[in-house]
Amino acid sequence: MTGNNLADYLTLGLIMFSIGAVGVIVRRNPIVIFMCIELMLNAVNLTFLAFARFTPTTAALADRAESFMSGQMMVVFVMAVAAAEVAVGLGIIMAIYRLRNEIDIDEMNLLKG
Amino acid sequence: MTVFMVLSTIAILAALGVVLFSSPVRSALCLVFNFFTLAFIYFGLKTELLGITQIVVYTGAIMVLFLFVIMLLNLGGPQTWKERFEFRTVLGFGFGFALAAVIASQVFANFQYFDKPQAPDSFGSPQALGRVLFTHYVWPFEIASILLLIGIVGSIMLAKRKL
Repeated sequence: MTGNNLADYLTLGLIMFSIGAVGVIVRRNPIVIFMCIELMLNAVNLTFLAFARFTPTTAALADRAESFMSGQMMVVFVMAVAAAEVAVGLGIIMAIYRLRNEIDIDEMNLLKG
Repeated sequence: MTVFMVLSTIAILAALGVVLFSSPVRSALCLVFNFFTLAFIYFGLKTELLGITQIVVYTGAIMVLFLFVIMLLNLGGPQTWKERFEFRTVLGFGFGFALAAVIASQVFANFQYFDKPQAPDSFGSPQALGRVLFTHYVWPFEIASILLLIGIVGSIMLAKRKL
């Protein structure tokens, strides 16, 4: 896997992000919508790592480790936030199911005035 | 190159399966496939620690949580979820293609000459990542731990019937 360039990874990330965005719009099951959000987060993680691997660092920053580690740090924090988001979101889905006995996304009009 | 092509083809097909399967269990299993192939692509980018973290956190924790909720709410059968074909479906696919076309036309021309990896090969090792995480990024690390604590408390609050 040495012959790849940056555009290949960016293309894969773009395709996955677009599929996730389509899924968020099209599907009506809120659990599948959550999965599509995870798909979009993973596409963004892939582009972060690709940029972290391929972007050149300047000579003045090359000896400082944090100059080329920021992409990986971003991915670490995205993973942490995604874990917290999934826990809270699935808790909300459970609460709504207990209240309404259905989780159709089109029937969730509790906040409508 | 061929390894990357095979892995990315599997990843794209699994991502399509997440959207197109009507049963949420099949969508979840497709998402597991997608996360695994992404982890191998991360290995190819020489970020080994994040590839292992991807397998452990996403397929080990998050997808188990998804499957647990699907089984708990008894949503496994496809007959419970008839996805209606309606105007929104066409609009969604059109929007997706438009998004991909706009980003592809604006972004890729600037990056086609970046064909050589610039970061050192050991930049994804646990030593390098841990050293930066506990020195230069120690405050975001602590804030992330507080966020996870709030997430635990909030999900228990939401899931309990009576406090």
